[in-house]
Amino acid sequence: MKINKKWYIVFVVPILIPFIFTVILPFFQGIEFSFVKWNGLAKAEKVFVGLQNFKDVLHDDRFMTSLGRTSLFTLITVVLVNVIALAFATWVTSEIKFKNTGRAMLFMPYLIGGLILGYVWKYVLGQGMTLLAANTGNESLFFNWLSDPQYAFIAMIVVATWQMAGYMMVIYIAGLEAISGDVLEAAKMDGANGWKEFIHIKLPLLMPSITICLFLTLSNCFKIYDVNVSLTGGGPANSTEMISLNIYNEIFVQSNFGLGQAKAIVFFLIVAVITFLQVRLTSKKEVEI
Amino acid sequence: MHKTRKGVSSVLLVLVSLIWLAPIYIILTNSFKSRDEMYANALALPKDFSLGYYLDAMGRLDFLTVFKNSLILTVVSVLLLVVLCAMASWMLARSNGKLSKLIYAVLILTMLIPFQTLMMPLMQEMNNITKATGLQMKDSLGGLIFMYLGFGAGMGIFLGYGFVKGSIPKSLEEAAIIDGCNTWQLFWHVVFPTMKPVLITLAILDVIWIWNDYLLPSLTLRSAANQTIPIGTQMFFGQYTIEWNLAMAALMLTIIPVIIFYLCAQKYIVKGVAAGAVKG
Repeated sequence: MKINKKWYIVFVVPILIPFIFTVILPFFQGIEFSFVKWNGLAKAEKVFVGLQNFKDVLHDDRFMTSLGRTSLFTLITVVLVNVIALAFATWVTSEIKFKNTGRAMLFMPYLIGGLILGYVWKYVLGQGMTLLAANTGNESLFFNWLSDPQYAFIAMIVVATWQMAGYMMVIYIAGLEAISGDVLEAAKMDGANGWKEFIHIKLPLLMPSITICLFLTLSNCFKIYDVNVSLTGGGPANSTEMISLNIYNEIFVQSNFGLGQAKAIVFFLIVAVITFLQVRLTSKKEVEI
Repeated sequence: MHKTRKGVSSVLLVLVSLIWLAPIYIILTNSFKSRDEMYANALALPKDFSLGYYLDAMGRLDFLTVFKNSLILTVVSVLLLVVLCAMASWMLARSNGKLSKLIYAVLILTMLIPFQTLMMPLMQEMNNITKATGLQMKDSLGGLIFMYLGFGAGMGIFLGYGFVKGSIPKSLEEAAIIDGCNTWQLFWHVVFPTMKPVLITLAILDVIWIWNDYLLPSLTLRSAANQTIPIGTQMFFGQYTIEWNLAMAALMLTIIPVIIFYLCAQKYIVKGVAAGAVKG
């Protein structure tokens, strides 16, 4: 098809203008900002400090602890979300009743934003638990999860899993429904059923869906912010502060714009490397028939 | 499967699904209770359904304003994203020049950049635009819509481009050209209607994202008149004291529109989310 320049501009440029101003220019400006010391005030001077901000990032205990915590959180949550999602998907694609109702209800949390979900659970695991302890007098079973560092971290995992499992379930359902009946029929004739069929037939054929789900959960978990803000606010005493919240606090609360931006660049590099490695690793395992 | 096992499995599924949503019921039942009733028993059903906290929360949240803002923001951003991304992705997919390939590659690669990496320089950039042009970019719904167009471009063009390459036969367009369509007519009469399935997917994904988005609006919106639903709801959860009855009514007020939207468009939503992810 022959396309003249005028039409090319009319069709492509309108979306490129906001894209350039919100993604491209800020990305490069962000790299510049990571080399200066600046408190964010327009009048204040931006002092060039070279790689000092990046050195400071490596020696920032709160940041490094947060990085480790976010990695542990991501590891546990990715496994939980995908195991639960796969179990749900297998369940609601089997020959039972109410499967559409089940799907609809299990998927619902994903539609409610992370901020609101965090607040819902803040009541359940915080105030609600405290009230239950008072009502029942059983304080070993019911206690405020959010005032204990360890349980607050577990709460983050619970809420993130609850939010994402239904979403991943929908993707696994699409994958399971795409497996041809002939293959399953043949497997059955060869004596595979139930668990065997799942491990040897369905799972290998689901590898494309698994790649997608791992990619999505991995990056969603690593970047988690909304639930962190509303559920724990990073507390108690910063013990549940994830990496995104740490960057936000460094820039907008502590007003260390240069150091915060250096953290943001490091964060970008980590996310890019992890997702790249993960997609390469799992797509190798995909099989075709 | 054996009949009784099938029955047991079905009942179990209903039970698990109900328990899965338990946190929502807890919020719902407590939002009707008085303060004393909640403290007496957090799990019991309310004795009398009082809508008092809802009315109070609506007033404090200025519900009509925040709802209207969220609605305008979402609808305008999504419509513009769908139209502009459809136009650009078709043009990029059909013109095989180096420039098109470069633009497409940049759009896809930049999807990997986390928002946290862009947020601070983005705010500076918006200040610069305001200084240079006088247009208010921060604390305005228009500015926010502009930013959503920028952040939504990558996914929109990714989905559209894939659809044009994979599902629209070139012969269809060639026939229209022979019939005398110019490029503009060709797009609107032939290509755009054919892209409908992928555009619905895109619209669904963008609605879920923009309606619930918190960090970006929290960085730009300042004045009460501009607040969106998530930003308004946050007000009920101060650092030290939370009036839980009021807060729970406010939470339900934000959840109910989502449930209504879900009930109305469930088929499209579930399909759209799956299709969007599979292509992503």
